[in-house]
Amino acid sequence: MNLSIDVTNNEGVSNVVLTGEVDAFTAPKLKDTLLPLTKEQGHVVEVDFQDVNYMDSTGLGVFISALKSTKEHGATMRLVHMQDRVYRLFKITGLTEIMNIESTVQGGM
Amino acid sequence: MSTLKLDLENYKELLQEYIKTKDEQALYQAEQFSKHSMQQNISPEEIINVHIQSLQEIYPDMPEYIQSSMNFLLETMISYGLAYQEFQTLREKQLELKSEISVAANMQKTLLSTVKPDLSDIDVGALSVPAKQMNGDYHHFVEDGKGNLGIAVADVIGKGVPAALCMSMIKYSMDSFSGIRTDPSVILGNLNRVVERNVDASMFITMFYGLYNSNDHTFTYSSAGHEPGFYYYKDRDEFEEIDVPGLVLGVSPEVSYKQYEKRVEKGDMIILLTDGVTECRQGDRFIDQEEILHVIKQYSHLPAQGIVDQVYKHFERLQDFQLRDDFTLIILRRNV
Repeated sequence: MNLSIDVTNNEGVSNVVLTGEVDAFTAPKLKDTLLPLTKEQGHVVEVDFQDVNYMDSTGLGVFISALKSTKEHGATMRLVHMQDRVYRLFKITGLTEIMNIESTVQGGM
Repeated sequence: MSTLKLDLENYKELLQEYIKTKDEQALYQAEQFSKHSMQQNISPEEIINVHIQSLQEIYPDMPEYIQSSMNFLLETMISYGLAYQEFQTLREKQLELKSEISVAANMQKTLLSTVKPDLSDIDVGALSVPAKQMNGDYHHFVEDGKGNLGIAVADVIGKGVPAALCMSMIKYSMDSFSGIRTDPSVILGNLNRVVERNVDASMFITMFYGLYNSNDHTFTYSSAGHEPGFYYYKDRDEFEEIDVPGLVLGVSPEVSYKQYEKRVEKGDMIILLTDGVTECRQGDRFIDQEEILHVIKQYSHLPAQGIVDQVYKHFERLQDFQLRDDFTLIILRRNV
């Protein structure tokens, strides 16, 4: 499976729309796109998960390093429109407690 | 087809025959000749050299310009010869690496090996199968001689060699804590500090740590973002998810892990696993929890090791015997 990453920048906000699967094969590409966006003071990175139906732990690793990077550089990241299956992964690993995540699923929060 | 000898005579005959007859058979033999030469590590320029000599012998009056052009070609091919040599060296190196990795995999097996405890009160089944050569899953049993059995199940993010190296670090940290305090929450807290300091930002580890006290049959446990296990109540014939909140190891330096306790009744089971079990896929279809529990139940008349083995076989079949991820499953059942 492939992952397409579309980034649109608008007044200090980067909108990153993901389509496909985030796994060991696609994670490096995501990391290369996402990390530079988190290195700007005050910058907001919004990642849209609407069309991500699968993510594995390698994908989680990318978001963990992105989170660490936003903290280091004074940027913020939020993850939006997350599907149930993907949200479960963030929930189990305790990351929902430390990341700004908005799920589409009712009762998911 | 005659067996080919790699020599001038042979090449000369083939060439002569082809020039005379334009026969396909000779071309086919030329192909065999080149395959055979490659097996013998013969470089392209050596073949051209053989060609030049054959020509000279077949046509002693060969015009000088053909002779010169052949020498020219010979020089041109030298770079190809070097590239071919390089390819040979790389191929040898790759074989070397492959064998080194398999030595490392064996070492890892020895380093991380754990003895499945043989206890009269609890029946233990455990299985861990790597998807690749090296295992990124880890499980470990520790007995303290006072009736306590510690069980660790962990999964390092990522697969292969980096994950395996990380696992060895965890194993040694755990060894250094053991004997001091065995509370699951304390062990996870300590490990978290070690991992946070020592691994790359995108790496993390999930771990479930449980302590079974066979004196009073209590099970104490904490989880660092690990795939939830299951608890089976014998009297109700029901499964319940062991859903324990806790952040994965290595993300934030100061995390405190909550500890929970459960009283285990006779016939109850504790099922611990890694996401290699729950992330099993059949084509595009994911295996859901219900299915895992259904399979466990189906074999629940067997000893714990039998259940574990059968569940593995079931999912191995579903995935056409190609594991996507490391697979670890542990079942504990109270006997008496």
